Amino acid sequence: MAIFLNNDSKVIVQGMTGSEGMKHTQRMLASGTAVVGGVNPRKAGTEVEFEGGTTVPVFGTVAEAMEATGANVSVVFVPPAFAKSAVVEAVDAGMPLLVVITEGIAVRDTAEFWAYARDKGTTRIIGPNCPGLISPGQSNAGIIPADIAGPGKIGLVSKSGTLTYQMMYELREIGFSTAVGIGGDPIIGTTHIDCLEAFEADPETVAIVMIGEIGGDAEERAAAYIQEHVTKPVVGYVAGFTAPEGKTMGHAGAIVSGSSGTAQAKKEALEAAGVKVGKTPSETAQLMREVIASL
Amino acid sequence: MDLFEYQARDMFEKHGVPVLAGATADTPEAARDAAEEIGPKSGGVTVVKAQVKTGGRGKAGGVKVAKSADEAEQHAAAILGMDIKGHTVHRVMIAQGARIAEEYYFSILLDRANRSLLAMCSKEGGMEIEQLAVERPEALAKVEVDANTGIDEAKAQEIVDQAGFDAETGAKIVPVLQKLWTVYRDEDATLVEVNPLVKTEDGEIVALDGKVTLDGNADFRQPHHAELEDKASTDPLEAQAKELDLNYVKLDGNVGIIGNGAGLVMSTLDVVAYAGEDYTGGVAKPANFLDIGGGASAEVMANGLHVILGDEQVKSVFVNVFGGITACDAVANGIVKALEMLGDEETKPLVVRLDGNNVEEGRRILAEANHPLVSIEDTMDGAARKAAELAAAAN
Repeated sequence: MAIFLNNDSKVIVQGMTGSEGMKHTQRMLASGTAVVGGVNPRKAGTEVEFEGGTTVPVFGTVAEAMEATGANVSVVFVPPAFAKSAVVEAVDAGMPLLVVITEGIAVRDTAEFWAYARDKGTTRIIGPNCPGLISPGQSNAGIIPADIAGPGKIGLVSKSGTLTYQMMYELREIGFSTAVGIGGDPIIGTTHIDCLEAFEADPETVAIVMIGEIGGDAEERAAAYIQEHVTKPVVGYVAGFTAPEGKTMGHAGAIVSGSSGTAQAKKEALEAAGVKVGKTPSETAQLMREVIASL
Repeated sequence: MDLFEYQARDMFEKHGVPVLAGATADTPEAARDAAEEIGPKSGGVTVVKAQVKTGGRGKAGGVKVAKSADEAEQHAAAILGMDIKGHTVHRVMIAQGARIAEEYYFSILLDRANRSLLAMCSKEGGMEIEQLAVERPEALAKVEVDANTGIDEAKAQEIVDQAGFDAETGAKIVPVLQKLWTVYRDEDATLVEVNPLVKTEDGEIVALDGKVTLDGNADFRQPHHAELEDKASTDPLEAQAKELDLNYVKLDGNVGIIGNGAGLVMSTLDVVAYAGEDYTGGVAKPANFLDIGGGASAEVMANGLHVILGDEQVKSVFVNVFGGITACDAVANGIVKALEMLGDEETKPLVVRLDGNNVEEGRRILAEANHPLVSIEDTMDGAARKAAELAAAAN
């Protein structure tokens, strides 16, 4: 099972022939992902050979790639200035799942492509500015290192890439159904709530780790959702207690504005919803181990 | 990036939003000259306004009406150098006086919760909008704006109708809102706020005070935004880090921090702060945020250490790297090489915590290098404690 991504996923890469695209396509292939094509209008009709002997065909458009390969996932490595048109192209082609890795996209572009995708209603977008998602042992769409942790029963959703890796590493002996990095931009396609809903419905997932950070109120809304709709145990972590007001902490969306978006408020909201919140990543992992042991 | 009021005013003017005449001055004499030029437009009356990126200027005495150029000079002398909520006033704006009949509020902002844009409008402007939203939410119209269609005439009409304007006033405001939308879209803003938007005694609509926040991710297509940066008040270490293309935020502590990935670095600051409280009586605190990204190459590591060691407050440095895409052996080699590049510049104890892929080999490389100032810790919490104790001991 897992969520959003599984053994049946057929992945294409928009921007595969760029340096990041090449590097991570290689890694996705090495972890067993079915990468069935790349998209680059200037290199349409060519093939790229990867280490291990896999050749991946390059198509001129997303629509052509889908037609020829039956792809149902696209991973976007296109540079920020061109990311919006890449997303719109994939949405127009009816791509079911679109993982936007690109960091540094202007928020106006994201607002526009998100509104466009929402109106079409046929594409789930994950990201932008995210590490993608992995269902260990099945498929890996993005840049999460596949060798950190294997398959298991924890579902993970996080705004942060490296905290995702850290948490997967700490809990590698239990393993993960799916880990989703939703990204740290002010507007993102798939939210904590979307992932919580999917994990709740996924029989393979027995407990959920949710990692948040300062900025916005996504964690507070997720807490309200958990209280109403999630029966599986949820363990949480929030980063940024020491972040000063008005400063962007790395992620474009990680900013405390006035009194809103603080880590303390998020922690309190989660705890009020019955979520155990760790003070550090290690303590959070320990809480999860206890939860798993008690099931 | 937040703009000063005068920068917002100029931006409004560029896009055809009605504003009053205004000029900036850094000295009382320049304020006098500006008042002599602008005053005659409004019967000799000007307003001297402190230019600081914070609210509450009026209450702090940073906004004064001047009836003559003499008075403008005196007010400027009093306001320049004033401290308003920790912001020193280096510049004033001399604005044309206005005969205000009514004060309104209008803003367009990014609505993160709904992943959309939001326009807010009220007939009751002038006061703090957060206060109005709490005390009289019914007086604040909130209208969703689609990012792709924006504020056209129909949307502007919807906004003024919902705010409860009479037909005559509403008709005058509608084109102003459309122009403010142009500012928002064409300048890649994430906030455009006008408070107050005023109706003068002559019935004209004017944006009297504006606040604009710009999206740094859009700089590639907004090259002119670089000129709006307030270089004078940027922290010198932050400026240096920016030159080196590093993601750095200066804080007020003594444990320098380097990590990979924004979330992990934020988490590291928190863990160091807790360790400082638990083991050093609050003496040790994080000195900065510095994310060197996924690669963690020797050069980037050296640049990061260079910036952190330039902070005189720093007494110890905590390098916290999770080896994911770049495995720990490569990260360890990067650290060793960075220390070679820095040579004698590296004088502070360095606590390194490596974890993740190929961690044993990474730790072996660091142990073998046997740098006298470097200690290796296995866990993030343990390393935070060590770095905090080293900083406290040196304080």
